Amino acid sequence: MIDKSLRWLDDRLGISKGGRTFLDKIFPDHWSFMLGEIALYSFVVLLATGVFLTLYYVPSAHEIIYHGSYAPLRGQRVSEAYASTVGLSFDVKSGLLMRQTHHWAADIFLGSIAVHMARVFFTGAFRKPRELNWVVGITMLILGIVNGFLGYSLPDDLVSGTGIRIAYSIIESIPLVGSYLAFFVFGGNYPGNGVIIPRFFILHVLIVPAVIVGLLAAHLGLLVKQKHTQFPGKGKTERNVVGSPMFPTFMAKTTGFMFMVTAALFLLGGFAQINPIWQFGQYQPYQISYAVQPDWYMGWLDGALRVMPSWEWVGWGHTWPLEVFLPAVLFPGIVFNLFIVWPFLEAKITRDTAYHNLLDRPRDRPLRTAAGASVLMLLFMLFCASSTDVLANYFHIALNTVLVTFRFLVILVPIATFFVTRTICLEMQKAEGVGKRKRAVVVTRSATGEFATFDADVRPGDGHEELEAIPVPTFIDLTPRHLATGPGVRRVMR
Amino acid sequence: MSDDGRSTTGPLPVAALDDPHLAPYAKRPQAVAAAAAISMVIGIIGIIGFGVAFWVGNQTQWQAATLGVGLFGLGFGVAAWGKYLMPQGPFVEERHDFHSTDDERDAMSAAVVERGGLVVKRRKVLGGLFALGSAVFGVVAAFPLLRSLGPKPGRTLFVTNWRAGSRVVTVDGRRVRPSDLEVGGVLTVFPQGHEGNSPDQTILIRLQAGQEPVVLESPGRSDWTVHGIVGYSKMCTHLGCPVGLYQEQTTELVCPCHQSVFNVRAGAVPQFGPAPRPLPQLPLAVDAAGYLVSSGGYDQPVGPGFWERP
Repeated sequence: MIDKSLRWLDDRLGISKGGRTFLDKIFPDHWSFMLGEIALYSFVVLLATGVFLTLYYVPSAHEIIYHGSYAPLRGQRVSEAYASTVGLSFDVKSGLLMRQTHHWAADIFLGSIAVHMARVFFTGAFRKPRELNWVVGITMLILGIVNGFLGYSLPDDLVSGTGIRIAYSIIESIPLVGSYLAFFVFGGNYPGNGVIIPRFFILHVLIVPAVIVGLLAAHLGLLVKQKHTQFPGKGKTERNVVGSPMFPTFMAKTTGFMFMVTAALFLLGGFAQINPIWQFGQYQPYQISYAVQPDWYMGWLDGALRVMPSWEWVGWGHTWPLEVFLPAVLFPGIVFNLFIVWPFLEAKITRDTAYHNLLDRPRDRPLRTAAGASVLMLLFMLFCASSTDVLANYFHIALNTVLVTFRFLVILVPIATFFVTRTICLEMQKAEGVGKRKRAVVVTRSATGEFATFDADVRPGDGHEELEAIPVPTFIDLTPRHLATGPGVRRVMR
Repeated sequence: MSDDGRSTTGPLPVAALDDPHLAPYAKRPQAVAAAAAISMVIGIIGIIGFGVAFWVGNQTQWQAATLGVGLFGLGFGVAAWGKYLMPQGPFVEERHDFHSTDDERDAMSAAVVERGGLVVKRRKVLGGLFALGSAVFGVVAAFPLLRSLGPKPGRTLFVTNWRAGSRVVTVDGRRVRPSDLEVGGVLTVFPQGHEGNSPDQTILIRLQAGQEPVVLESPGRSDWTVHGIVGYSKMCTHLGCPVGLYQEQTTELVCPCHQSVFNVRAGAVPQFGPAPRPLPQLPLAVDAAGYLVSSGGYDQPVGPGFWERP
């Protein structure tokens, strides 16, 4: 039956040859290769829960009187967007679970992308021939951050509304075109004439996700075409891939993993409260709440805005709001562009035109590792700086002290990180066999007091048998043959 | 012929059933199979449980617990099956060069450069016209698209609805008397008819009792306060957040967004933080009926900086 269907399809589409190659595609095994899978499956959960949310959410700033089941809000004038989001949380069956899971999935999506990207960076997986896929990945990261912001702005609650206000002012700060851009995006002076929620909605649910889906297809397509990178090891060369096959081994593992990631996200969504918008209340442009922090992936931008000195400049008859433009427009622009050009820059500096399919150990590339750690530390320091007010309150330190401290930290810590990381890498290179289990050494002392050392005997249990890699077999011969000690098996010692 | 380098004429790879490459990773496959089966059964029970939890009520934690356990159980079983019981190899796949042969490259670039060049060079005018037409279409299409998005800023960013004699009201339209504010009290107000309008939001602070004007450390504004009350734009000059936190002891306004601090007694100059300019001050007066009015509008644009601001 299956055989017949495959033949039918092959008659019409010629699937057999390419399909067989695809089923035999080899996946090298390493835990760090699962980070991208977490991002992929979080995205699947985002799509599924997001579709559920669109069935109930009303993208409208139109004001109505709230009549839902959340008593403290009854009789208040709220926007349809806010009312429908509160309704989703309390009146729609499993609505709260879906809403919170969607929010958690977004946070995990971006988190796993960030960690996946760090893995790709520190192991040099972005090198030729994979520069294009690196660029595709960075683009998805940027779009993910943008869509996260658009998404958490949709409920029209007090906290997210404040975020939209800040976004408006950031657009406004762009020299020459800022006011025009802000007016075009918002349909007028802030808060606009009610168009921002429908506009954010269509961007959030259709346009940006459609682009991400396209890029995701390209990301995976390039991965299949260019095949996986792998860590150096026995039998692994620049010219091959060693691991388990797509079908059935990898397929089973990754399907199971997809279910587990989904389970984790639903558990978070059900047990860890996130964004309780009914506590914040409807957004009003003249109201504000204490401890206004964005979602984690926007934290570094908020921190950059906080630590920036008030360097507004007035010149040539114009106001240049550099205290906003530099940290919120130029700085992220530089960071993302640096990410994008890094593979080309590194290849140029190292004059490297070779293909690279074997991954680096971070210690073997001290400068790259140090540069990456330094940038990560800069972003982390800015992220911490986005909670200056909370830190000041929690530790009972003056706000001014906290802020001034961070102004120093965001500059000094990345510099220190660079040199410390570089030193650690160089030291680790010198130490032989770091991270490897060593054979036992026996130390003896002779009757005359002389010390001598020699390697301990090999004990049973030391070392293990390792197989030579073979191509994925097609047919399984059901008559047993004794191969266990035949060709293809070798004993490997530690 | 084969483009992936795999020969179709050679013998197909065959392996014996007891080839170690097909052996499971698990030392005791039967035990692992049993564990995977148990995990999947728990998963199925969990998913059925979710159905029940959904059917009988709307309890988020029960839904999450059943669905989470269900999906995890099923997923763990399948992943364990894949990792411990399926052929682990190691298997190998050869890589192939991405780049084509030099001849193929030459042919490709010749097709683009020579064949394409031939037709374009022969009819330069047509090519130029098509390029021009596309560019014109792009520019022309951008205009209605952009212009339909929103109005031009014009003077909107420079003015608010505060005029000389504007009645000071709260967000629900109630007029305000000086006595409505105790010393240290703050109130968000708007010009009558524009309640809740973002650029008009103004914060009143009563600094002292009695009827005397507040002596501010800013020259020329001695008559901008009445009955110890001072009014400032509530829009932060950094990013437009409402400057909603007032510290009575230090008479400072704090913006909760990025912690800019404004000295209320000194014309709301920024003491600290990223805000670049003082909050504009609203000149206040009391009308014949004893209610607060503004004796003029703001003397400068409110809120964050923008290009057109001189």
